Amino acid sequence: MSTEAKEQKPAVPLPDPTLLVSSSPHLHGRESITKIMWSVVLALAPATVLGMIFFGIDAVIVIAVTTISAVAFEAFSQWLRKMPITISDGSAVVTGLLLALNMPPGSPWWLCAIGSFIAIAIAKHLYGGLGYNPFNPALVARVALLVSFPTQMTSWAPTLYMPPDSWTGATPLGAIKEHILKDGTTGLQFTWDYLWQLMAGNVGGSLGETSVIALLIGAAFLLWKGYIWWQVPVSFIASVFAVTGIAFLFNPTGVASPVFHVVSGGLIIGAFYMATDMVTSPVTKRGMIVFGVGCGVITSVIRLWGGYPEGVSFAILIMNATVPLLDRYSRPEVFGARRKLYEVRG
Amino acid sequence: MTKPIHFQGGVHPAYNKQFTAALSIEEMPLPERLVVPLSQNLGAPAKCLVEKGQEVLKGQPLGEPGGFVSTPVHAPTSGKVKKIDFHPHPLGRAMEAIEIEPDGEDRWAEGCGPLRDFDAMDAAAIRKAIWDGGLVGMGGATFPTHVKLSPPEDKPIDTFILNGAECEPFLTSDHHLMLQAADKIIAGGKLMAKVLGARHLMIGIEKNKPDAIELMREASGDGGFEVVPLDVEYPQGAEKQLIYALTRRKVPAGGLPMDVGCVVQNVGTAAAAYDACARGIPLIERVATITGSGITNPKNLLLRVGTLLRDVIEFCGGLNADIAKVIVGGPMMGISQYSLDIPIIKGTSGVVFLKADEVTLFTSQPCIRCASCVKSCPMGLLPTVINAYSVNEMFDVAEEYGAMDCIECGCCAFTCPSHIPLVQNVRRAKAEIQARRKKAS
Amino acid sequence: MIVNAILTLAALGLLAGLGLGFAARVFAVKVDPRVEEIDAALPQFNCGACGYAGCADYAKAVVEGKDPGLCAPGGPNVAARVAAIMGQEVSAQEKMVAFVFCGGSDTAARKKYHYNGVIDCISANLVSGGDKSCSYGCLGLGTCVHVCPADAILIEDGLARVVPELCIGCRKCVEACPKNVIHMVPASRVVHVVCSSQDKGPVVRKACQVGCIGCRRCTKAVDDEQITMDDNLAVVDYSKPLLSREPVESCPTGAIQIVETEFTAQLPPPAETAGQAAEEAQA
Repeated sequence: MSTEAKEQKPAVPLPDPTLLVSSSPHLHGRESITKIMWSVVLALAPATVLGMIFFGIDAVIVIAVTTISAVAFEAFSQWLRKMPITISDGSAVVTGLLLALNMPPGSPWWLCAIGSFIAIAIAKHLYGGLGYNPFNPALVARVALLVSFPTQMTSWAPTLYMPPDSWTGATPLGAIKEHILKDGTTGLQFTWDYLWQLMAGNVGGSLGETSVIALLIGAAFLLWKGYIWWQVPVSFIASVFAVTGIAFLFNPTGVASPVFHVVSGGLIIGAFYMATDMVTSPVTKRGMIVFGVGCGVITSVIRLWGGYPEGVSFAILIMNATVPLLDRYSRPEVFGARRKLYEVRG
Repeated sequence: MTKPIHFQGGVHPAYNKQFTAALSIEEMPLPERLVVPLSQNLGAPAKCLVEKGQEVLKGQPLGEPGGFVSTPVHAPTSGKVKKIDFHPHPLGRAMEAIEIEPDGEDRWAEGCGPLRDFDAMDAAAIRKAIWDGGLVGMGGATFPTHVKLSPPEDKPIDTFILNGAECEPFLTSDHHLMLQAADKIIAGGKLMAKVLGARHLMIGIEKNKPDAIELMREASGDGGFEVVPLDVEYPQGAEKQLIYALTRRKVPAGGLPMDVGCVVQNVGTAAAAYDACARGIPLIERVATITGSGITNPKNLLLRVGTLLRDVIEFCGGLNADIAKVIVGGPMMGISQYSLDIPIIKGTSGVVFLKADEVTLFTSQPCIRCASCVKSCPMGLLPTVINAYSVNEMFDVAEEYGAMDCIECGCCAFTCPSHIPLVQNVRRAKAEIQARRKKAS
Repeated sequence: MIVNAILTLAALGLLAGLGLGFAARVFAVKVDPRVEEIDAALPQFNCGACGYAGCADYAKAVVEGKDPGLCAPGGPNVAARVAAIMGQEVSAQEKMVAFVFCGGSDTAARKKYHYNGVIDCISANLVSGGDKSCSYGCLGLGTCVHVCPADAILIEDGLARVVPELCIGCRKCVEACPKNVIHMVPASRVVHVVCSSQDKGPVVRKACQVGCIGCRRCTKAVDDEQITMDDNLAVVDYSKPLLSREPVESCPTGAIQIVETEFTAQLPPPAETAGQAAEEAQA
């Protein structure tokens, strides 16, 4: 500044006591990003553990590599962006874990690492980091891997508890798609035992998506905590049930039962954990319902008439793109926005 | 029997009323100095009537109203005017105040004290007594009471509501006022209802005060006020939410309670109204909850308006070492203070002293679109969206999203996991929108 | 095969080019050529200081008859050129730059509380007037930095400072500052009372070491009322020339300061010894 200023004396002391002043409110409910993220990890624990039990050491490696590399890429990206490193908040762990649960059990370590890189560095940090990404990072990575490495991403493995000769190499949804391509029928024997296998998770598929029961336990926990709201999962699952149900009524041999559709594939994990991702889903209740219905309809269309046997990932990503529009046109009514006549009391 | 309806949103902060819930009201002895600010209401400040060195009596006007939306201020005790100068004020900037040196005799001015035939007073006389008494909303908003009791002809009032909700954590002054002065409150409420011509009288009290509910029912008797127990939720005591809970009427956006035929008054204001009409006693003292873990001896204190916070702190045993925040009002909507030299004013419902480990700091973490704020907003707004537009200085869009409808209750920031200063950002938007509206007119 | 492809694409390109050229001529919007000339003469900051939505908009307005001398960043040169294009003349106006009239850095000025909230002066001002003990002082949270289109403002030690060489004179900082401590001064002026406090001397001393205490010594150190008192604050009258170091040396707190610019050399050299300066201050 000026060269002629008087010599600066040391700082003037602050008042005693120096009080903290801020805008109201001065209390806080003690919710935090860290708490939310680690609660999601906790909710995914049953499915993770069951995935490791069903698919063995391969699954442990996939989960470990994906999750650790996700955290590493997050630290690296934040360091590159000269931001504080916030890996302890658990958000990279959540993304990594969700991606791991969406990978085929025998995925090679390099596939997992590339997936983590896409999820964290590209789908999250290129958009500005936590809170700024428009697309679900785990799903972006999964779809990118599926398109780039189709063979590895569709090399399914049997669980350790399947009868030795029963493994066909396909997931339940994959099996019926193949059968339909052959002769127009699903070839599905939807017995109660098979339903139980699907609920428990003793079927082929991504290592976290198979066990419906484990996923529902975690989802119940998140619903109870209020971290996810019922609007998205219920409307997602209900619309899959509705669309596949209507198709099933018209074509009972060529379309699998809607109950089968609900418990197979990535619907349960998608509806309760991926579509409900806070950053990439709407903030209004009405918006959430439209979002869920959109996801459900697109999932059903892909499953029934599309080339892929499973459509949850694509459906969610497509609907992620519509979220700003949904938010804009689903504003709740402000208290008192409409003048209502009231009865005068004598 | 009215069953209250639940308003949307809201939060459940920990009550923290145990500090003072069981303590009956204690009267603080006359301090050695009293500083009475001229600005103690929403609206114009009072105009000074006295000069330095003048002797004044208790209840004597020190300042006259500066307009219609303004109230007089009175001497809280007899003594001498020591000086008239700028002095720290709970609103955060120094304002003109009159310092009184008490003479210790506490002599009333003429006309203050003896019981009058208040039953014979008509609406105009009651309103005048309330204005002359300097009454303002004692729940904290400090809106001049006589103005609230003067709705225009085309807005008839059929329902008069007394607000005994006291939904803010920590505060118990209204609770204990209801326990100790239930008759006064009812009588004062009836006087105010008379001014309005309202025939339907209700009192809302949160369910966590069952003793107050019972006492107020007794005091009200038959055909008086209907006492309605309310669900314990913040902000149950906010005007719009209270009216909705009790009458199912929604105050229109941008409007006032009189638009739906209602007027709400705090129970403390009702008690003061009785004093003003029945005894000509102006508003010169009030009950305030001095509470929190940051003060050694919390109390429900009956204080003279103008008592300095320093003197209150000393009377209550002093501050604890880890004191971090001193809040005038409740902790959800009150104003955090930087100076302990502020006076207690007419609208000071309590002072909350928080220690460092009880305070959560706002941060600059990003919004994760969790929609907790949307869930908790009692006005049905989208705080996260208004916040985003305010931060990006797109104030006209923030206005479209209802920024001006925000009641600044703080529910959104209370629930925000990213600790975003949502209310501050909405206030910024509101200030800008108001400035633009003013410029345009 | 490849020859066919090249010929086809070349023909398509030629057709498209001819089409565009035809459209450019036939569908051209008739624009007064002076609009483009004026726009080319403007500095392209698009800052809005002229009151129009960018340089192109101002160029249009000038051709429609508005004042040609409104471009503050362009200064007298641009004003003259724009006026010349319109066949007019403008009076030469001195370049004005922004100046922060506060010296209360974190070292010199007291804070009255620990602030927690939005790091922005306008927002902080909503919280009991900001955390500076002096209610008139710069809050140093950078709202002015944020609005400056020329990156001419720095925050040093919690105090905003305008770099005069970079300032384009658009006045955005003046309007943005919630404390109103930034004002425009002629670029050639180097002696300023770097304080905006209207508080009385003892109050100022408690709040800030370099504030103006209203002692009036500076008013006696000048001969033509170049510095006058506005209540308790000394104010320089920029309409009168002031080329003396005496007010600076007379100031007991250091509130009057000299800014280092190309114009500082016009001042006489400093007093010979520090003792001499102290004597003059005592007088």
